[in-house]
Amino acid sequence: MEDILIKASKTAESAEVFQLTALRTPVQFEANRLKQIQTKESVTTALRVFKNGRVGFAQVSGSIKPEELISMALETSEFGHKVNYTLPGNLPLNHPDIYDPEIEKVRVEEMIDIGMEIIESVRANTPEIVFEGTIARTSAIYQIINTNGTDIHYRRSTFTVSMDGMLVRDGDILYIGDILSSCHPIREFSSMTGNLIRQLELARNNVSIKSGIFPVIFSPFGVAGALISPLIAALNGKTVYDGASPLKDKLGKSVFDRKFWLYDDPTIPYQPGSTPCDDEGMPAVRNTLINSGVISQFYYDLHTAALAGTVSTGNGTRNGGLPSPSPHALIIAPGKSTQDEMVKQIKEGLLIEQLMGADQGNTLSGDFSGNVLLGYKIENGEICGRVKDTMVYGNVYQLLGSISDIGNDARWIAGYLNTPSIFCPEISVSAK
Amino acid sequence: MRETLQTLLKDHRADYIEVRLEENNSSRLIYRGKRLEEAGLSASSGGNVRALVNGGWGFVSFNSIHDLRAKIDLAIEQAGYIARGEIKLSPVEPIIDVVEETFKRNPQNISISEKKQLMDHYNLLMLETAGIQTTTIAYSDIRKKVTLATSEGTYIEQERIDLTLRIAAIASQDGDIQQAGLSIGSKGDFSVIENLDVPVKELAKKAVALLSAPQVKGGIYTVVLDPVLAGVFVHEAFGHLSEADHIYENPKLKEIMVLGRRFGGKHLNIVDGAAVPGYRGSYKYDDEGTPASKTYLISEGVLNSRLHSRETAGRMGEKPTGNARAINYMYPPIVRMTNTFIEPGDISFEDMVADVKEGVYAKDWYGGTTSLEMFTFSAGEAYMIRNGKIAEMLRPIVLSGNVFTTLNNIDTIGNDLSMNQGGGCGKAGQSPLPVSNGSPHIRIRNCLVGGK
Repeated sequence: MEDILIKASKTAESAEVFQLTALRTPVQFEANRLKQIQTKESVTTALRVFKNGRVGFAQVSGSIKPEELISMALETSEFGHKVNYTLPGNLPLNHPDIYDPEIEKVRVEEMIDIGMEIIESVRANTPEIVFEGTIARTSAIYQIINTNGTDIHYRRSTFTVSMDGMLVRDGDILYIGDILSSCHPIREFSSMTGNLIRQLELARNNVSIKSGIFPVIFSPFGVAGALISPLIAALNGKTVYDGASPLKDKLGKSVFDRKFWLYDDPTIPYQPGSTPCDDEGMPAVRNTLINSGVISQFYYDLHTAALAGTVSTGNGTRNGGLPSPSPHALIIAPGKSTQDEMVKQIKEGLLIEQLMGADQGNTLSGDFSGNVLLGYKIENGEICGRVKDTMVYGNVYQLLGSISDIGNDARWIAGYLNTPSIFCPEISVSAK
Repeated sequence: MRETLQTLLKDHRADYIEVRLEENNSSRLIYRGKRLEEAGLSASSGGNVRALVNGGWGFVSFNSIHDLRAKIDLAIEQAGYIARGEIKLSPVEPIIDVVEETFKRNPQNISISEKKQLMDHYNLLMLETAGIQTTTIAYSDIRKKVTLATSEGTYIEQERIDLTLRIAAIASQDGDIQQAGLSIGSKGDFSVIENLDVPVKELAKKAVALLSAPQVKGGIYTVVLDPVLAGVFVHEAFGHLSEADHIYENPKLKEIMVLGRRFGGKHLNIVDGAAVPGYRGSYKYDDEGTPASKTYLISEGVLNSRLHSRETAGRMGEKPTGNARAINYMYPPIVRMTNTFIEPGDISFEDMVADVKEGVYAKDWYGGTTSLEMFTFSAGEAYMIRNGKIAEMLRPIVLSGNVFTTLNNIDTIGNDLSMNQGGGCGKAGQSPLPVSNGSPHIRIRNCLVGGK
């Protein structure tokens, strides 16, 4: 890495090398049995250069001579955007604990046992269910060095347990699923088996719902599937700068219900979304994005912040190219009610667990529409069964503009979102 | 390298081993509004080993191809934990082939500056349109050279180039944001993205027009799908359920997907095949070295065949179809679609619309997804049909169906088959895989549309 930086700095005004080295071991289950064990080693090196006031970029996985990487980056700098920011110097960072050396000691046999134990616990309830799943451990090393003196090196361990069950009845398929993740090895998974069994129990009968407007509770997975991606797009500093965000003029203004708080928090120990810095070496900090319904901040990387005349919020994230703004780990503040207490308040309505297709429209506008892949009908304060062949239509700004209640059941969804259930007064339902 | 691989694969303790090595390089251009945000080049080299031992698979992927012997040993060791027994790969003849591909207008021979000139031009066309707030453009091309060697004696070198262009125009007014997009791809032919002035101008106008379009009222409609959206429909509604890896270990699903079961009318024929030449899903051999084929999934409305890897074909006692694909060397091959389409019938679009009293004409796509039984697919553009005529424009809509009823509700199939090459398919974390899909215009009765 140092070699690349030194050589690049001979022709470029500034340079930065980012390197990610990862070792991932997924153990995969299919049809309730162990199917495949994988080992994935990867090394990716990315070079950003400033040359004649423009940005060049190249990335390589596998072996390559430093000269080749440098010449690729220099070639693109002729066309790159004008440099409007400086790379960070060696800024002080808080290092949250995100590496547990125990991860590397977890044996494959133990991962196999975890998977089989979850599968068998749920099959004790419903023997016909067919599971696919993955138990994976990953350890990764991140390195960022630049010609302004940044020299960052940190490790992250991640352990994930994901299980998807399929139950086929006559011409009817039911899906259930859950995912847990942590920087620690996950050895306690009764919450997962409990949740999977609860989904099976609630979906035992199919019931019908008529078309109309009904109150709705989004479970934590429901929030993740239906409500969060329009917010992520609208709070992105780049979308705001380009005028493509409905929130572009709303900084400091009240847009959502007073009960609604949204944070980006990369500082929580042993959470996979936590990090000491973003992918360009800026300190990662907890940011309040929505404060009691008021838009309090957008999130930025260096380049976008410079365009917008503001400062990076430490959200420069790499996804195969130059950094761009992305949240680390979103947190929706929980309320006080249990999900059951919210269900009891509904005479006729829906509890949405999984919504399919909601992120496939014009998410920028906040409109979404999706098929209720897993959702239950509520009648007179009780869940009475699963609804199928049902679509809902809503607008995130309207739904979160007037929230009836927020649950105390906050949980992590795949490490990027921590959310409780959210109860909204009205959603449009179209059913067959 | 060939001799090294063949020597390594001679001496082992597995039932089957394959080594796949890959080199690729790609370029991309990303615009946001008038800014070229990124001009980037990347290169990657690596490979993987997959070993089958007593019914269990071990898989090792890597960037460094040093010490392949150790990687083979690790894959075998991992497979040894599993011992599922009884896996028989469907036999294929060992093949030795170095495939020479020719590319019509190879994007890798075109300079970044020429690519940029074309993108600048399209961008300007959109930004000049009154009411357009901003734009996004993402261009990329990737060349991939893959070498496959197996313990059965197969040695294949193949090269492919995949190109994609996604353009969107975003209009805004009084806090409302609407967008319209275009997505095009090809198997290494840059000329498909040249001369797009007319559609690019049109999409910018469409984005502006959407600001004053109403939202559809949710409910059950007769819908007419254009070839692009009908292609997404066939991919989601039936293509995924045809992938045998969903079925082969699930006895209940096997019963439902029994060959000979009727899913649609006699006019319905659904095909998938990498042997259909010239599209993004076309190739000579799949990633297990099985020759590509053309498979009738549905023939005259009846389930006729499905898509297989060697493992699923072996387990189900059916013929391998050459559909085992891996997105890159970091992943093992799994059963995937290639070029999937509904064969044309004989009805014109005008006749199809003529007897619809009230319905929806849905065009173009945002995306689609499936749970195998229920699926959604979303249109980028939609209109009401009133008294046999295309009427007012609607906001983008999401449609939904159920595989056990919706295919049967296709009552009319048009005569105007066209293939869409702008999509990418995702499955088991491997996304986006180059595929194409297509259809003529089709009409579906009793289709559920989400809305107010």
